[in-house]
Amino acid sequence: MTAADLLAGAMLAALVLYALLAGADFGGGIWDLLATGPRKKAQRDLVEHAIGPIWEANHVWLILVVVLLFTGFPRAFAAISITLFVPLVLLLFGIVLRGAAFTFRTYDNPEDRVQVRWGLVFSGSSVLAPLVLGVVVGALASGRLAGPPEGVDPLAWLAPFPIAVGFFAAAVFAFLAATYLAVEAKGPLQEDFRRRAIGAGVAVFVVAAVAGALSWAEAPLVFAGLTRRGFSLPLHVATAIAAVTAFVALFRRHYRLARAAAAAQVTLIVLGWGASQYPYLVVPELTLTEAAAPKATLVPVLWALAAGAVVLFPSLYLLFRVFKGERPFSVVDRPSTPGKER
Amino acid sequence: MTDLLAARWLFGTSLAFHIVFAAVGVAMPLFMVLAEWRWRRTGSPAYLELAKRWAKGTAILFAVGAVSGTVISFELGLLWPRFMEFAGPIIGMPFSLEGFAFFTEAIFLGIYLYGWGRVGPGLHLASGVLVAVSGAASAFFVTLANAWMNVPAGFEVMGGAASDVRPFVAMFPPGWAHEVVHVLISCYVATGFAVAGIHAFYLLRERENPFHRGALRIALGVGAVAALLQPLSGDFSARQVAATQPVKLAALEGQFRTERGAPLRVGGLPDEDARETRFALEIPYGLSILAFHDPRAEVLGLEAFPRENWPNVRNVHLAFQAMVGLGSAMALVALAFLYYRLRRLPLPRRLLQAVLLTSPFGFLALEAGWLVTEWGRQPFTIRDVMRTADAVTPVGNIAIPFIAFTVLYLFLAAMVIVLLRRQIARSPPASELRAPSSAGGVA
Repeated sequence: MTAADLLAGAMLAALVLYALLAGADFGGGIWDLLATGPRKKAQRDLVEHAIGPIWEANHVWLILVVVLLFTGFPRAFAAISITLFVPLVLLLFGIVLRGAAFTFRTYDNPEDRVQVRWGLVFSGSSVLAPLVLGVVVGALASGRLAGPPEGVDPLAWLAPFPIAVGFFAAAVFAFLAATYLAVEAKGPLQEDFRRRAIGAGVAVFVVAAVAGALSWAEAPLVFAGLTRRGFSLPLHVATAIAAVTAFVALFRRHYRLARAAAAAQVTLIVLGWGASQYPYLVVPELTLTEAAAPKATLVPVLWALAAGAVVLFPSLYLLFRVFKGERPFSVVDRPSTPGKER
Repeated sequence: MTDLLAARWLFGTSLAFHIVFAAVGVAMPLFMVLAEWRWRRTGSPAYLELAKRWAKGTAILFAVGAVSGTVISFELGLLWPRFMEFAGPIIGMPFSLEGFAFFTEAIFLGIYLYGWGRVGPGLHLASGVLVAVSGAASAFFVTLANAWMNVPAGFEVMGGAASDVRPFVAMFPPGWAHEVVHVLISCYVATGFAVAGIHAFYLLRERENPFHRGALRIALGVGAVAALLQPLSGDFSARQVAATQPVKLAALEGQFRTERGAPLRVGGLPDEDARETRFALEIPYGLSILAFHDPRAEVLGLEAFPRENWPNVRNVHLAFQAMVGLGSAMALVALAFLYYRLRRLPLPRRLLQAVLLTSPFGFLALEAGWLVTEWGRQPFTIRDVMRTADAVTPVGNIAIPFIAFTVLYLFLAAMVIVLLRRQIARSPPASELRAPSSAGGVA
């Protein structure tokens, strides 16, 4: 395993964490947009309460990935920035408007009209950002970005497979968010998010099937990863176990278990993407080795990552411990807080 | 508009916008922590109110700073892919470390903002301190990357690509110290004066309001000390720039000829074609003394460098004059403030008016100084290694995102002003704040 492989592994891990944490924050925005029924306001309040203290920290995972990409794989950073210029600009608009509108809503006039207006910007951009993020990933994996070396096609990413991956990302983030929110909600609100989690889980399956079918023609490496590589079968089995566990736990109202299973499922999906596309960073233009910075850069950066992690993970644990209760990552619903509302 | 020009405008606009929020993110947490600390020491409800309101202001400004900083990190590649392809491995180290500083900032700001009453007083205050420290660390690391663009080091060029990369040499290139110190101090000056101006405005109406008095003491206390340190740091900068970037020094001083005993020009308008700076007040030997601490020292003029490597001399000189002029005005106000403060005299009305007048000077000087260093490096993006024109993206129609982002920034700026007015401006009545609350902290 080379230094480049290690750094790529660290980036993939950061992307997994970005999906699990920031992805769920975007998912929260999607549920803000889709809030319905008599508890509409309570649903939105729960989303705001859940993501308020943590969304900025969660967002930094993306910055870390970008920084590691241009430090460790500068050629890939340049190639991606050029060929995916349009979706990346759209992603930035999504990120800026989501963050700004969320904060502005918190500190603006509590009057309904103002709140609803900011809420629309917040939730609209929370849909936009995962969509284009998925498009970016889909385009990278598809191999559509290969073009003649001179002349750039700014719309090369615009094809069914990347767009399907965009919807897949949005569905996955909504699914994650609903399972997380079901843990944090109480009483009838918990039922709301339980139903939403089940619905989003079904949507994940449907979009995954569509994207998988499209990959047969449009993204051969992904299709091979789904069907015939050495890791395909174990990965499918593990993902299936996680998915079934999530559904069963949701049906039986074991919310913490459902949350953990959903997170495991998403982790496996992201890892599966990474494994399918290995050793390519940009299919089929650049492999990790071709894009990698000199070893003199990679090794110190890996050490810096290790040192940073020593500071980062305890701080993150503290953050979740303060805002997500005593056992922030536990998989067992504690029986000691029973039956207040059921 | 050519794509190169549009790319420069887009990147410049993004940075000019972000830099304000970044500077606030460095200094504001310090003010907020000082206010909370004063409250815990004195029990004065005015300081508690202040800490809470400043925390809200910080929350709004930090969020905009975080998302606009994200735009910058992507735009490095979207606009300057050739630059990043070359420079990424060399200057990735400070950016990576900045990533962790940003993590720390975001995590503990979350704990600080949402943790009132949820975490113990010690942890709460410590979280604020960590936000202030990691904010300064972020600025430190990012400025190191800029210092490298000004004076690149720690690599060799082999066939158009970097080789023999030494990341830790590149991280601390010659002249890093002056730039980092100058930038960090500027954050405290700019934010201190801006915040003090707001509270001076309300104090002029209501002289005894303890909320605004406390606010002014903290903001201007920090801002004034920083404003007096900044000329010293400027002197250090002048000498390091003279040693490491002589062409930038020549441009910012409007010095066309190479001469011994060069004068210092105050004001003036450089004319690149005539190769002279007109209408300047010239202080004999001034530049030689400032740049080399020797009245007979030789200062290289622009004529010592090929014309195609000159920056836009007029812009650089004017931006520099603006920075120095604004900084000097603030240093005078700082002196007056510290005089009254240290003698525990009430601040005269005139001084409050001066604080109000100089309120925007810090941010104007900060933007001007940033323009000096960026314009002064042109036409290079990495001095003497890569021209800006060679760094730009081949993607066309950059004017479209330029316009779109400009509209976005104008909208965000307007919203931030409206929200800050809501949060900070409406002062609590003095009657509510006078008596120390019985539940408050003890001295």
